[in-house]
Amino acid sequence: MVATTIFYALAVLTVGSSCMVAFSRNIVYSTFALLGAFMGVVGLYVLLAADFVAMVQLLVYVGGILVLTIFAVMLTQGIADVTVSNRTVGLIPPVAVVTIAGAVMAYAIERTGWHLVAAPTPAPTTYGIGNAFLGDYVLPFEIASLVLLAALIGAIVISRHEARE
Amino acid sequence: MPGALGLNHFLLLSLVIFSLGMVCVLTRRNAIGIFMGVELILNSANINYLAFAFYGGGKYDGQIFAIFVIMLAAAEAVIGLAVVLAIYQNFKTIDVDATETLSG
Repeated sequence: MVATTIFYALAVLTVGSSCMVAFSRNIVYSTFALLGAFMGVVGLYVLLAADFVAMVQLLVYVGGILVLTIFAVMLTQGIADVTVSNRTVGLIPPVAVVTIAGAVMAYAIERTGWHLVAAPTPAPTTYGIGNAFLGDYVLPFEIASLVLLAALIGAIVISRHEARE
Repeated sequence: MPGALGLNHFLLLSLVIFSLGMVCVLTRRNAIGIFMGVELILNSANINYLAFAFYGGGKYDGQIFAIFVIMLAAAEAVIGLAVVLAIYQNFKTIDVDATETLSG
Protein backbone atom coordinates (compact mmCIF):
# COMPACT_ATOMS: atom_id res chain seq x y z
CA MET A 1 0.00 0.00 0.00
CA VAL A 2 2.85 2.33 0.88
CA ALA A 3 4.56 1.46 -2.39
CA THR A 4 1.42 2.32 -4.34
CA THR A 5 1.19 5.71 -2.66
CA ILE A 6 4.86 6.40 -3.36
CA PHE A 7 4.41 5.29 -6.97
CA TYR A 8 1.55 7.69 -7.55
CA ALA A 9 3.39 10.55 -5.85
CA LEU A 10 6.41 9.91 -8.08
CA ALA A 11 4.16 9.58 -11.13
CA VAL A 12 2.56 12.95 -10.42
CA LEU A 13 5.99 14.55 -9.94
CA THR A 14 7.41 13.02 -13.11
CA VAL A 15 4.43 13.61 -15.37
CA GLY A 16 3.87 17.13 -14.04
CA SER A 17 7.48 18.07 -14.63
CA SER A 18 7.43 16.46 -18.07
CA CYS A 19 4.32 18.49 -18.97
CA MET A 20 6.20 21.60 -17.86
CA VAL A 21 9.15 20.58 -20.05
CA ALA A 22 6.93 19.94 -23.04
CA PHE A 23 4.55 22.89 -22.80
CA SER A 24 6.27 25.73 -20.96
CA ARG A 25 6.89 28.69 -23.23
CA ASN A 26 10.00 29.73 -21.33
CA ILE A 27 13.00 27.54 -22.10
CA VAL A 28 14.55 28.28 -18.69
CA TYR A 29 11.45 26.97 -16.89
CA SER A 30 11.56 23.88 -19.12
CA THR A 31 15.16 23.24 -18.15
CA PHE A 32 14.49 23.48 -14.45
CA ALA A 33 11.37 21.32 -14.77
CA LEU A 34 13.64 18.68 -16.27
CA LEU A 35 15.17 18.42 -12.77
CA GLY A 36 11.81 17.30 -11.35
CA ALA A 37 11.36 14.76 -14.13
CA PHE A 38 14.81 13.25 -13.56
CA MET A 39 14.34 13.11 -9.78
CA GLY A 40 10.97 11.39 -10.19
CA VAL A 41 12.57 8.82 -12.48
CA VAL A 42 15.30 8.23 -9.86
CA GLY A 43 12.55 7.45 -7.34
CA LEU A 44 10.92 5.03 -9.78
CA TYR A 45 14.25 3.23 -10.24
CA VAL A 46 14.55 2.82 -6.47
CA LEU A 47 10.99 1.47 -6.40
CA LEU A 48 12.06 -1.07 -9.03
CA ALA A 49 14.91 -2.28 -6.78
CA ALA A 50 17.63 -0.82 -9.03
CA ASP A 51 19.69 1.08 -6.48
CA PHE A 52 22.87 1.29 -8.56
CA VAL A 53 21.10 2.52 -11.69
CA ALA A 54 19.27 5.10 -9.58
CA MET A 55 22.54 6.48 -8.28
CA VAL A 56 24.05 6.48 -11.79
CA GLN A 57 20.99 8.36 -13.02
CA LEU A 58 21.37 10.88 -10.20
CA LEU A 59 25.06 11.45 -10.92
CA VAL A 60 24.96 11.45 -14.72
CA TYR A 61 21.61 13.09 -15.46
CA VAL A 62 21.15 15.51 -12.57
CA GLY A 63 24.83 16.14 -11.96
CA GLY A 64 26.00 16.13 -15.55
CA ILE A 65 23.45 16.42 -18.34
CA LEU A 66 21.16 18.86 -16.55
CA VAL A 67 24.01 21.20 -15.60
CA LEU A 68 25.29 21.01 -19.17
CA THR A 69 21.81 21.84 -20.50
CA ILE A 70 21.51 24.82 -18.17
CA PHE A 71 24.93 26.01 -19.35
CA ALA A 72 23.83 25.68 -22.98
CA VAL A 73 20.60 27.60 -22.33
CA MET A 74 22.44 30.37 -20.55
CA LEU A 75 25.15 30.59 -23.23
CA THR A 76 22.78 30.69 -26.20
CA GLN A 77 19.90 32.84 -24.96
CA GLY A 78 19.73 36.39 -23.82
CA ILE A 79 17.69 35.98 -20.64
CA ALA A 80 15.47 38.82 -21.82
CA ASP A 81 14.26 37.16 -25.04
CA VAL A 82 13.76 33.62 -23.74
CA THR A 83 10.00 33.79 -24.15
CA VAL A 84 10.28 34.71 -27.80
CA SER A 85 12.84 32.07 -28.66
CA ASN A 86 10.83 29.20 -27.18
CA ARG A 87 7.59 29.61 -29.09
CA THR A 88 6.06 26.51 -30.55
CA VAL A 89 4.74 25.66 -33.97
CA GLY A 90 1.14 24.54 -34.27
CA LEU A 91 0.37 22.45 -31.23
CA ILE A 92 -2.67 20.57 -32.50
CA PRO A 93 -1.23 18.21 -35.19
CA PRO A 94 1.66 16.87 -33.08
CA VAL A 95 -0.58 16.34 -30.05
CA ALA A 96 -3.15 14.54 -32.22
CA VAL A 97 -0.53 12.26 -33.78
CA VAL A 98 1.06 11.46 -30.42
CA THR A 99 -2.33 10.83 -28.80
CA ILE A 100 -3.28 8.33 -31.49
CA ALA A 101 0.10 6.57 -31.28
CA GLY A 102 -0.11 6.55 -27.48
CA ALA A 103 -3.61 5.05 -27.55
CA VAL A 104 -2.38 2.26 -29.81
CA MET A 105 0.55 1.56 -27.50
CA ALA A 106 -1.64 1.64 -24.37
CA TYR A 107 -4.00 -0.84 -26.06
CA ALA A 108 -1.04 -3.10 -26.84
CA ILE A 109 0.23 -2.89 -23.27
CA GLU A 110 -3.15 -3.75 -21.78
CA ARG A 111 -3.78 -6.56 -24.25
CA THR A 112 -0.46 -8.36 -23.99
CA GLY A 113 -0.28 -11.13 -21.45
CA TRP A 114 3.19 -10.53 -20.07
CA HIS A 115 5.11 -13.54 -18.88
CA LEU A 116 5.81 -12.43 -15.33
CA VAL A 117 8.17 -14.05 -12.85
CA ALA A 118 7.69 -13.54 -9.13
CA ALA A 119 9.60 -10.40 -8.23
CA PRO A 120 12.56 -11.08 -5.95
CA THR A 121 13.09 -9.30 -2.66
CA PRO A 122 15.11 -6.12 -3.27
CA ALA A 123 18.79 -6.67 -2.61
CA PRO A 124 21.93 -4.65 -3.38
CA THR A 125 22.63 -4.94 -7.10
CA THR A 126 26.12 -3.43 -7.32
CA TYR A 127 27.94 -6.72 -6.90
CA GLY A 128 25.99 -8.47 -9.62
CA ILE A 129 26.21 -5.55 -12.04
CA GLY A 130 29.97 -5.30 -11.53
CA ASN A 131 30.39 -9.01 -12.17
CA ALA A 132 28.25 -8.79 -15.30
CA PHE A 133 30.23 -5.83 -16.63
CA LEU A 134 33.51 -7.67 -16.25
CA GLY A 135 32.04 -10.99 -17.36
CA ASP A 136 29.38 -11.31 -20.05
CA TYR A 137 29.35 -7.62 -20.96
CA VAL A 138 33.07 -6.85 -20.97
CA LEU A 139 33.22 -6.10 -24.72
CA PRO A 140 30.32 -3.59 -24.75
CA PHE A 141 31.83 -2.10 -21.60
CA GLU A 142 35.15 -1.46 -23.32
CA ILE A 143 33.45 -0.14 -26.47
CA ALA A 144 31.47 2.21 -24.25
CA SER A 145 34.68 3.70 -22.93
CA LEU A 146 35.87 4.22 -26.52
CA VAL A 147 32.58 5.94 -27.39
CA LEU A 148 32.94 8.25 -24.41
CA LEU A 149 36.52 9.11 -25.41
CA ALA A 150 35.39 9.86 -28.97
CA ALA A 151 32.55 12.04 -27.64
CA LEU A 152 34.98 13.91 -25.41
CA ILE A 153 37.41 14.67 -28.23
CA GLY A 154 34.58 15.44 -30.65
CA ALA A 155 32.96 17.93 -28.28
CA ILE A 156 36.25 19.76 -27.81
CA VAL A 157 36.89 19.89 -31.56
CA ILE A 158 33.36 21.07 -32.41
CA SER A 159 32.87 23.69 -29.74
CA ARG A 160 36.22 25.49 -29.62
CA HIS A 161 36.89 28.64 -31.59
CA GLU A 162 39.12 28.22 -34.62
CA ALA A 163 42.30 30.20 -34.08
CA ARG A 164 44.08 30.03 -37.42
CA GLU A 165 46.87 32.47 -38.16
CA MET B 1 7.41 -3.85 -1.87
CA PRO B 2 5.57 -2.97 -5.07
CA GLY B 3 3.52 -6.13 -4.85
CA ALA B 4 0.24 -4.33 -5.45
CA LEU B 5 1.80 -2.47 -8.34
CA GLY B 6 1.78 -4.30 -11.63
CA LEU B 7 4.07 -4.12 -14.62
CA ASN B 8 1.38 -2.17 -16.46
CA HIS B 9 1.57 0.72 -14.00
CA PHE B 10 5.17 1.34 -14.95
CA LEU B 11 4.61 0.72 -18.66
CA LEU B 12 1.73 3.19 -18.82
CA LEU B 13 3.65 5.82 -16.86
CA SER B 14 6.57 5.34 -19.23
CA LEU B 15 4.17 5.68 -22.16
CA VAL B 16 2.92 9.02 -20.83
CA ILE B 17 6.47 10.32 -20.41
CA PHE B 18 7.36 9.10 -23.91
CA SER B 19 4.34 10.89 -25.39
CA LEU B 20 5.24 14.14 -23.62
CA GLY B 21 8.82 13.85 -24.89
CA MET B 22 7.52 13.20 -28.40
CA VAL B 23 5.28 16.28 -28.25
CA CYS B 24 8.27 18.27 -27.02
CA VAL B 25 10.41 17.08 -29.93
CA LEU B 26 7.68 17.76 -32.50
CA THR B 27 6.64 21.21 -31.33
CA ARG B 28 9.86 22.89 -30.25
CA ARG B 29 11.76 25.18 -32.57
CA ASN B 30 14.54 25.66 -30.07
CA ALA B 31 17.30 23.07 -30.53
CA ILE B 32 17.81 22.73 -26.77
CA GLY B 33 14.07 22.19 -26.32
CA ILE B 34 14.22 19.32 -28.82
CA PHE B 35 17.21 17.94 -26.93
CA MET B 36 15.22 17.96 -23.67
CA GLY B 37 12.42 16.04 -25.37
CA VAL B 38 14.93 13.39 -26.44
CA GLU B 39 16.12 13.11 -22.84
CA LEU B 40 12.53 12.48 -21.70
CA ILE B 41 12.14 9.75 -24.33
CA LEU B 42 15.38 8.05 -23.22
CA ASN B 43 14.22 8.17 -19.59
CA SER B 44 10.93 6.52 -20.48
CA ALA B 45 12.80 3.77 -22.30
CA ASN B 46 14.93 3.24 -19.20
CA ILE B 47 11.85 2.91 -17.00
CA ASN B 48 10.67 0.16 -19.35
CA TYR B 49 14.02 -1.64 -19.15
CA LEU B 50 14.05 -1.59 -15.35
CA ALA B 51 10.39 -2.55 -15.06
CA PHE B 52 10.91 -5.58 -17.28
CA ALA B 53 14.08 -6.46 -15.38
CA PHE B 54 12.26 -6.29 -12.06
CA TYR B 55 9.12 -8.16 -13.08
CA GLY B 56 11.08 -10.63 -15.17
CA GLY B 57 12.91 -12.25 -12.29
CA GLY B 58 15.39 -9.64 -11.17
CA LYS B 59 18.21 -10.47 -13.56
CA TYR B 60 20.84 -7.84 -14.23
CA ASP B 61 20.61 -7.62 -18.03
CA GLY B 62 17.89 -4.96 -18.04
CA GLN B 63 19.76 -2.82 -15.55
CA ILE B 64 22.95 -3.10 -17.61
CA PHE B 65 21.10 -1.97 -20.72
CA ALA B 66 19.75 0.97 -18.72
CA ILE B 67 23.29 1.91 -17.74
CA PHE B 68 24.39 1.76 -21.38
CA VAL B 69 21.46 3.99 -22.33
CA ILE B 70 22.48 6.50 -19.66
CA MET B 71 26.06 6.38 -20.94
CA LEU B 72 24.97 7.01 -24.53
CA ALA B 73 22.68 9.82 -23.36
CA ALA B 74 25.65 11.49 -21.72
CA ALA B 75 27.73 11.21 -24.91
CA GLU B 76 24.76 12.48 -26.93
CA ALA B 77 24.32 15.44 -24.59
CA VAL B 78 27.96 16.42 -24.85
CA ILE B 79 28.05 16.23 -28.65
CA GLY B 80 24.58 17.67 -29.14
CA LEU B 81 25.16 20.70 -26.97
CA ALA B 82 28.58 21.28 -28.54
CA VAL B 83 26.88 21.29 -31.96
CA VAL B 84 24.21 23.67 -30.64
CA LEU B 85 26.88 26.05 -29.37
CA ALA B 86 28.73 25.86 -32.70
CA ILE B 87 25.47 26.62 -34.56
CA TYR B 88 24.84 29.54 -32.25
CA GLN B 89 28.28 30.96 -33.00
CA ASN B 90 27.63 30.76 -36.74
CA PHE B 91 23.96 31.75 -36.98
CA LYS B 92 23.40 33.72 -33.75
CA THR B 93 20.25 31.66 -33.22
CA ILE B 94 19.37 28.07 -32.38
CA ASP B 95 15.94 28.14 -33.98
CA VAL B 96 15.91 24.99 -36.10
CA ASP B 97 13.67 26.68 -38.68
CA ALA B 98 16.20 29.46 -39.22
CA THR B 99 19.20 27.22 -39.81
CA GLU B 100 18.29 25.98 -43.28
CA THR B 101 21.39 26.71 -45.33
CA LEU B 102 21.47 23.16 -46.69
CA SER B 103 17.77 23.17 -47.59
CA GLY B 104 17.44 23.26 -51.38
